[in-house]
Amino acid sequence: MTNLFASATDSPQPVAAPVAGPGRAVLQLTGIEKVYQTRTIETVALNHVNLTIHQGEFVSVMGPSGCGKSTLLSIMGLLDEPTSGTLELDGRPVQSYSDKELARLRNHKIGFVFQSYHLINDLSVLDNVELPLLYRAGVGGKERRQRAYAALEKVGLGARTGHFPSQLSGGQRQRVAIARALAGEPEIILADEPTGNLDSVMGEEIMDLLLTLNREQGTTIVMVTHDEQQALKTQRLIRFFDGSQVS
Amino acid sequence: MFLSYLKIAWKVLLRRKFFTFISLFGISFTLMTLVVMGALFDDAVGPARPEVRADRLLFINRMVLRGPESTNSSSVGYDFINRYIRPLSTPEKVAVSESYPINVTLYVGKQVVKVDRRYTDGNYWSVLDFDFMAGRPYNLAEVRDAAHVLVLNETTARRGFGSVAAALNQTMQLNGQAYRVLGVVRDVPTSRELTYAECWLPVTTTTADLRNANYMGDFQAILLVRRAADVPAVQAEYQRVLARLPIPDPEQHREIRSYARTLLAHYMSDHSNTAGQDGDAAKFWRQWLGLGLLFMLLPAINLVNINVSRTLERAAEIGVRKAFGATAGTLVGQFLLENVLLTLIGGLLGLGLAAGVLYLLNESHFIPYAQLGLNGRVFAGGLLLALLFGLLSGVYPAYKMSKLPANQALKGGIAL
Repeated sequence: MTNLFASATDSPQPVAAPVAGPGRAVLQLTGIEKVYQTRTIETVALNHVNLTIHQGEFVSVMGPSGCGKSTLLSIMGLLDEPTSGTLELDGRPVQSYSDKELARLRNHKIGFVFQSYHLINDLSVLDNVELPLLYRAGVGGKERRQRAYAALEKVGLGARTGHFPSQLSGGQRQRVAIARALAGEPEIILADEPTGNLDSVMGEEIMDLLLTLNREQGTTIVMVTHDEQQALKTQRLIRFFDGSQVS
Repeated sequence: MFLSYLKIAWKVLLRRKFFTFISLFGISFTLMTLVVMGALFDDAVGPARPEVRADRLLFINRMVLRGPESTNSSSVGYDFINRYIRPLSTPEKVAVSESYPINVTLYVGKQVVKVDRRYTDGNYWSVLDFDFMAGRPYNLAEVRDAAHVLVLNETTARRGFGSVAAALNQTMQLNGQAYRVLGVVRDVPTSRELTYAECWLPVTTTTADLRNANYMGDFQAILLVRRAADVPAVQAEYQRVLARLPIPDPEQHREIRSYARTLLAHYMSDHSNTAGQDGDAAKFWRQWLGLGLLFMLLPAINLVNINVSRTLERAAEIGVRKAFGATAGTLVGQFLLENVLLTLIGGLLGLGLAAGVLYLLNESHFIPYAQLGLNGRVFAGGLLLALLFGLLSGVYPAYKMSKLPANQALKGGIAL
């Protein structure tokens, strides 16, 4: 079993992954707008965003607070709908999918890593990691546990399966969250400030883990971050300002 | 998935101990009350010995003579029963007994045994279903011959003679006359007010004047109907007979009111017979149904409140589940399962509590001779209702939450 976490920390210096030639477009955003409307105020969160994410890319998204980064990630992750514009996943516009199909797509294609981990405190580490497989048809209890255990081994937490989130450090919790995102073997991982709640050492560990995941497994990763140093380690850096892509 | 839901449901219940306690208290207390009420109801009017065939029994034990200035109300007379009720063609059999048990003193040697006595005819034992523990009832011939025999209940037999078997063929003195114990029946609770007694004797041994032609007296007729469906026909025939009866003292009275009533209708009627043939049975059912629903509604409202706050608290969890592929239907299912689990635990607790309360009631002899038991039908109905309310109270918050965009749920800043 490859321990992504061990292999990442064993590396003397994290090195930016080599920029491969563009693979097929897994996510294609065309003219995406997101407007939040109240009775008195209209807030433009995303303004005509055009963006393509290729298979195997590690893309970071930076920008000041409130510039629309997280909204972008929510739309990419099918957690929110754009006000206008088209989002294509594997070449098919997601607007054509029903709620049920969207749930199935999220389950099969996308894994999420959140800044505040969002682990379920009442469930053990293993149960938390099993979560995506719980909603996948045809995956039995035994296979679910095996795959969840394998994902935890990858992030170096194979010995903590019976622990509960409250018994873990922040870094360990985020590694559990990454294992959860990995358990379903998604093509894309969307990470919303995954190191935002961690100190610099822990943050480095998590970043190394994501880089290794991208390099060794070819997982497409889109990461929102405030940390320029970490963003520079990714293959592509996109900057946002006031809902628009500026670079 | 099911196991995972159960696991988290259990954890949530344990984590929020106070709310869990409130919910469980509401559900279990309500079900306990319903089951205890059901047991009391069954004890009084349910199909149990000696009124096992309650659906085929009718009781005529009250007559009202109404006039412009006065109303007389009493039990019916023995002669009235013989002349007007026994000849009815629609009942299978007619039995007679005293309307109310009378407390008398029996002597076993020099030992005094105070008992509630009831005079009956011979049909009494075939119309009703007493449980004979020893011996036999007195028969028609013994009643005709005014034989000095009697039947005791179990407790009196034990009090007087030490055991049921020892009481058989022993002699007891009543009003200076010796009576032989012919049989011993299992105790009948006092709540069975139409059949309860501790000692039964042939009606012909009474010192009262059985030939008194007054319509009114101290007796009741118990009619065994061939089939439950025949009840209305028997009641109608009795009303036709009454309609033809000459009214005694027409200057005083204008109307005779008397009804052949079912056991429940008897309990639901008043002494002046104003409630009609069925008593206030319909009103009774309406009131009890209303009370029952109100009783169930309280824990249901409580559950709704708790569910709303519990759902709000778990917004982030719902967001995460949606993000990882849970559909709205799956989430609603999860929350409903949690509610059902809570309700079932409350139901089991309620059953346990009810069993405890009934045990205490039996032991306290609050209702003499009563052996109150768990009423499965009431419990099942109550549990079903609790489950229904549990489902309904869980559906609303779960449905609302499942419809929220996942990103909003993840932020947790929502109001239902």
